[in-house]
Amino acid sequence: MQFIPQILFLLALGFGLVFFARNVQRMRRNIKLGRDLDRSDQKDKRLSKMLRVAMGQSKMVTKPIAGTLHVIVYVGFVIINIEVLEIIIDGLFGTHRVFSFIGPAYGFLIGSFEILALLVAVSVILFWIRRNIIKIKRFILTEMKGWPKNDANYILYIELVLMILFLTMNGADLHLQQVGAAGYAHEAGVVGAFPISQYIAPFFEGMAEASVIVIERAAWWMHILGILFFLNYLYYSKHLHILLAFPNVYFSNLKPQGEFRNLEAVTDEVKMMMDPDADPFAEPEAGDEEEMPEKFGASDVQDLSWFQLLSSYTCTECGRCTAECPANQTGKLLSPRKIMMSTRDRLEEVGEGLNKDKNFKPEDDGKQLLDDYITREELWACTTCNACVEACPVGIDPLSIIMDMRQYLVMEESAAPSELNGAMTNIENNGAPWPYNQQDRLGWAEEA
Amino acid sequence: MSEELKVPTMAQYMAEGKQPEVLFWVGCAGSFDDRAKKITKAFVKILNKIGVDFAVLGTEESCTGDPAKRAGNEFLFQMQAMTNIEVLNSYEVKKIVTACPHCFNTIKNEYPSLGGEYKIVHHTQFLKGLMDEGRLKIEGGKFKGKRITYHDPCYLGRGNGEYEAPRELLKKLDVELVEMKSCKQKGLCCGAGGAQMFKDAEKGDKEVNVHRTEEAIETKPDAIAAGCPFCNTMMTDGVKTKEKENDIEVLDVVEMIANAEDL
Repeated sequence: MQFIPQILFLLALGFGLVFFARNVQRMRRNIKLGRDLDRSDQKDKRLSKMLRVAMGQSKMVTKPIAGTLHVIVYVGFVIINIEVLEIIIDGLFGTHRVFSFIGPAYGFLIGSFEILALLVAVSVILFWIRRNIIKIKRFILTEMKGWPKNDANYILYIELVLMILFLTMNGADLHLQQVGAAGYAHEAGVVGAFPISQYIAPFFEGMAEASVIVIERAAWWMHILGILFFLNYLYYSKHLHILLAFPNVYFSNLKPQGEFRNLEAVTDEVKMMMDPDADPFAEPEAGDEEEMPEKFGASDVQDLSWFQLLSSYTCTECGRCTAECPANQTGKLLSPRKIMMSTRDRLEEVGEGLNKDKNFKPEDDGKQLLDDYITREELWACTTCNACVEACPVGIDPLSIIMDMRQYLVMEESAAPSELNGAMTNIENNGAPWPYNQQDRLGWAEEA
Repeated sequence: MSEELKVPTMAQYMAEGKQPEVLFWVGCAGSFDDRAKKITKAFVKILNKIGVDFAVLGTEESCTGDPAKRAGNEFLFQMQAMTNIEVLNSYEVKKIVTACPHCFNTIKNEYPSLGGEYKIVHHTQFLKGLMDEGRLKIEGGKFKGKRITYHDPCYLGRGNGEYEAPRELLKKLDVELVEMKSCKQKGLCCGAGGAQMFKDAEKGDKEVNVHRTEEAIETKPDAIAAGCPFCNTMMTDGVKTKEKENDIEVLDVVEMIANAEDL
């Protein structure tokens, strides 16, 4: 009988981890639908960028209030996870505070967890106020209606509840240690330091020991089950950034933001067109056909690179990109955040198709990213100013998706806005976007 | 002002068997747009005055392909790029200066993988270099003590990380440099980039250039300094929309230097 809690714990832990692993596997599969992109270069630079931007949160603190609160929650999350390790060991082996053997350092650890837990709880409440009371603009834009809004609040509620459970558990535990309850009392006296929950412990005075044990156990169980639930909630929420921010920053673009990728397939064709010796009817060399992309640019998720797809999962919908976007600021439909959200939504839809039938192809459902998720009006409103890319704290590049989709519109559908077609015709014929004669290019020199 | 500009072409240099110190890439706006031509001329006046040995491509220059690329027309971009690279390589060009951040960005970042590797600088970087070498002396002149706000062109600033060269030139003019609420890394676009210059804006509640001009006006400037012919056009239009054209000038950094020198 005495092993039943341990067995239940093992089952819960196993189920939580297996389910999480299944979802990670699906996410990997979906990301790998994307086109190849080589980001295996400059490992040192990538590592240092990851340490600085993801671990060091260097871009978060450009907004001092949100940045500071976020650093608190981030540090709290990372540090308190050390405690989760102890909870798992206690759960599996039926021990009580197994790490307490390390002595006074244990008190310091538990004490700092408690202080962090309180700070996290306060930060989470402030985050909630920013979203729901102050209604900061980037949190209430159109793409944030419905699920994205609720999702953000659910995450805050879960985090707050976890912190309250953690502190309640500690408070009850402290009380039980003080009264010398069996299974809680240690020979060395009270183990751990409880700078916050020492104020909770007095509430249990006068309660029957058995009741306090029930409270302690309930808080302990709900806390660890809550963590397992949260781990599995990640995949269904915008909160994957707590894991994916690191790879996303690592694999992010290191080139100047102004540099847009040159399409190699186009280079080959243009070289052939410009080469007077080229034989247009020559047989393609063996293997060449495979290198030619089926289409130029992107109309659906599989036309994007794996990095762009990874980024769609990484995006936590903070909206810093959209807040900086000149098109969005002036009331246009474009929102770089929505570009990322739409990409993920479509990718998930394709993923659902694959879950049901592993031979599913994105074109099978008659839908695509273009038009069904992202409209042409959004794509054409972009000024390519890179403000969104600069603003993203985790290295996401929404602009690259916009550009890939514009390439599809222009090169596959010839569907540029008509004024742009005019400018492009001018470039082709006169070497300038305006209808001036190239022979007059030096006219200014004579006007002086 | 009546002095004639000396604008030699690469073809002339070639005929004499010489290489200039630097090629001045004028760009389409600088060649054809009436407002931007003034920037081109101001730059050439300075180059003439301090005796920089430069040349232009003249009729052999063609659009870098930037607007085509950013509109999504990679074919047209690469056709333009390769044609230009052929011309530049035939003249064995090594160093380029341009007054257009779009040309600058495209040649600097997107030409190398197509076979065009040059050392290219923006004209503010070039002038800053001349200043550091002591070849260019900048003094306050008519802008001394004037409130100036500098608008960062996206493709010079965020695109390529150059925020300081234009500001250092302005500081040398003894102006009172005031920053807009979004500047440098967070600088707000003028609305022209990404080929927007050549099309109508999508439906919205405001034009981007008006929005940016409002930010500039908030700093109560005597003039708005720019470093891009397209930004210049957008900000000039914005100032007109706000009916401030009599109070606020929109000038390229190089025009301010030329004006200060009374060139």
